[in-house]
Amino acid sequence: MPEFTFLWTDVFVLILVLLLAVYVWHARRSPALRAAWGSVGRTPSAMCAAIFMVLFLLVGVLDSVHYRPQLPPLPGQESAAPQYSPALRSALDDLLALTQLSQRENTYSAPLALRQFTKETEIVDGRAVRDFPRLKHAGRHLAHEDDRPADIRRRVLAGFAWGGALAFGLGVLLTFAHRLRQPTLAQAWRCWWRRDGTGLPWRAMWITSAVLAIVLAIVARLSVDYHVLGTDRTGNDVLWQCIKSIRTALVIGTLTTVAMLPPALGFGIAAGYFKGRVDDVIQYLYTTLTSIPGVLLIAASVMMMQVYIDTHPELFTTVASRADLRLFMLCLILGFTGWAGLCRLLRAETLKLRELEYVQAARAFGVGHWRIMRRHLLPNVMHIVLITLVLEFSGLVLYEAVLSYLGIGVDPSMPSFGAMIDAARLEMSRDPMVWWNLFGAFIFLLLIVLSANIFADAVQMAFDPRTRRIQPQAASAGAPEAAS
Amino acid sequence: MTRYILRRLVYGVFILLGVNLLTFVLFFAVNTPDDMARLAIGGQRVSEEAIEKWKVERGYDKPLFYQAGAQDAARFTDTIFYQRSVPLLRFDFGFSDEGRDIGHEVKTRMGPSLALAIPTFFLGLFASVSFALLLVFFRGTRLDFAGVVVCVVLLSISGLFYIIAGQWLFAKVLRWVPYSGYVEGWHSLRFLVLPVLVGILSRLGAESRFYRSLFLEEAGKDYVRTARAKGLSERVVLFRHILRNAALPILTGTVSAIPLLFMGSLISESFFGIPGLGSYTIDAINAQDFSIVRAMVFLGSALYIVGLVLADISYTLVDPRVRFE
Repeated sequence: MPEFTFLWTDVFVLILVLLLAVYVWHARRSPALRAAWGSVGRTPSAMCAAIFMVLFLLVGVLDSVHYRPQLPPLPGQESAAPQYSPALRSALDDLLALTQLSQRENTYSAPLALRQFTKETEIVDGRAVRDFPRLKHAGRHLAHEDDRPADIRRRVLAGFAWGGALAFGLGVLLTFAHRLRQPTLAQAWRCWWRRDGTGLPWRAMWITSAVLAIVLAIVARLSVDYHVLGTDRTGNDVLWQCIKSIRTALVIGTLTTVAMLPPALGFGIAAGYFKGRVDDVIQYLYTTLTSIPGVLLIAASVMMMQVYIDTHPELFTTVASRADLRLFMLCLILGFTGWAGLCRLLRAETLKLRELEYVQAARAFGVGHWRIMRRHLLPNVMHIVLITLVLEFSGLVLYEAVLSYLGIGVDPSMPSFGAMIDAARLEMSRDPMVWWNLFGAFIFLLLIVLSANIFADAVQMAFDPRTRRIQPQAASAGAPEAAS
Repeated sequence: MTRYILRRLVYGVFILLGVNLLTFVLFFAVNTPDDMARLAIGGQRVSEEAIEKWKVERGYDKPLFYQAGAQDAARFTDTIFYQRSVPLLRFDFGFSDEGRDIGHEVKTRMGPSLALAIPTFFLGLFASVSFALLLVFFRGTRLDFAGVVVCVVLLSISGLFYIIAGQWLFAKVLRWVPYSGYVEGWHSLRFLVLPVLVGILSRLGAESRFYRSLFLEEAGKDYVRTARAKGLSERVVLFRHILRNAALPILTGTVSAIPLLFMGSLISESFFGIPGLGSYTIDAINAQDFSIVRAMVFLGSALYIVGLVLADISYTLVDPRVRFE
């Protein structure tokens, strides 16, 4: 039985998933929220982006279930207390162990290559030969190296077939699901294929899933025996690095905004509600904070944290837990330095709300300040919080890359897109160029940020009355097509 | 008007005091000089004498706020707070932990920073506004939709990619410009072309999308409908009515950002090897030189406040409806 370990960010991710479920349950019961989310659901581009988001979230959650595997007992000590490995594993690692992804080479190798990128001296038949050595974990099953193109072609075709079959299965499933409300199968199919503009955009979602399934099947089929995106300087598979970096990006994107909520909500509502002195003090506070250049404040705080971590090594049992605490603290620091913008929005909204009749009525009835703020003001500013949460996400994911480049980002031992880009800087100047590390980070980062941006746009359109006012004329003409 | 500006400036001084106190607490109280010494010398096992020597050399061997053993005023003046923070208010930055004069460095490095920041800022603003205007002119058409898609894709790409891709394409493959570097005078032009271009491109997506939504909001207002009803051409409506009215929020954002141009850009200066204030700051962060970081924090805050005051003033100059209370 392995020992399950809950790191700080693991706990956060699991609570976040729980809160998401509670929110879905809550939104289903509230007519206003149901209508707003319904309009998000009718946006084809947003729902296609949502499919990607769900996939990334799934990877992130799987990567957040950590445990320390039990080590086999030493000979002669079978009855002693079980010993656990010092290295943490996650559920995702076990899933990836099915492929070649977690296997390490010695150093760089190009995508789908059989041989290393750099020459090494080998002993062949008692003589030293300088050559590109064969990779330890790529194409071991091939009898001859010339078989590689044929083998890759066969795998791509097989992956295409598998993915196509999966997509077809999904389509059949969708049809049968619609069959429950339609008299015949043909009508059920037509129902989701020809969208009438009221329900979910099933066709666009199906096309997205089909493309995704085919790409994933091809990659999975290839990665069983090859390094699909090559390997980096220390021989780690680039695809593996990218997949592991997803969790870091997700945690930074969400935990930071959650960390800004307590000060922003508390100060913003208090400033707007009480006005006068309280407002002055709070305004002074956030003007002071915003006037300090953001990167420098973050750098200063991270340097402080670094000193603390260096002077207290006894707090951490594994390297992963130290890296994790650093990530956690980085999010708190980003939240602490970034709450001013949200606070200003909330203050302005509360200033408007406090003059409305229902708040005046509550005050006339003698309801206490605390209760008015909690029951009447807080629920009515939640749409701003939601919009900020989704809008900030993509910016923060990109910001992590910049911070890691500056050396004030996540721990070097933690896989992150910033670290990959940072490494790519030197690799681009090699000749021939090592491009796959940057390429992998680019593709994954673009997918995450683009899908987050597209989804955020739809959420903002649904929840923000101001954008709804300016948008219709533009949205009516060019209905966004399914972008896969 | 003068009274208003004076009041804003006094408020600015109070903010600067707050910034000063905050950075002091952050740099010295959370993290004692002993820790800094240990970090600077390196490693866990540093002897007490070495730490004391490091502190004496840099004047950190005093209590933080209150010197109990001294006479009257010296109780407060002979402290780290007084000696390190109060001179900052006179813009006297003192010496870095390396022993260099920070004020002199700031003066010499401001030029390269501005040479990069000013063209990037103004050309970028021009490009973004023009692109947004183009999209608004063709609003509701396929071109508008394609333009918005391009914007979203552009703003989804990390700025680091633009720099790396630009260096790869123009410096390595095409060999049109040098990789990085800087010289004084007009010859620096060939060094600056690529960073400016990259800077414009990386801002284009987010900014033109923002400006487009500003323009669209104006375009939905009644006076625009009146202008069209009068029979004015679309071009006149766009430039004379929409642009002029939407220029207000753009202007405030722009004016408040101008003073911060002095600080330079952290990322592109360090990528392109331009010896400006941005790369100075980055080097200080990497070398963990707290004095420089503190000086830059203070300078940045002061410039930000100047920007706020300038924005207020410019607002009243262009919009006669805005009056000072």
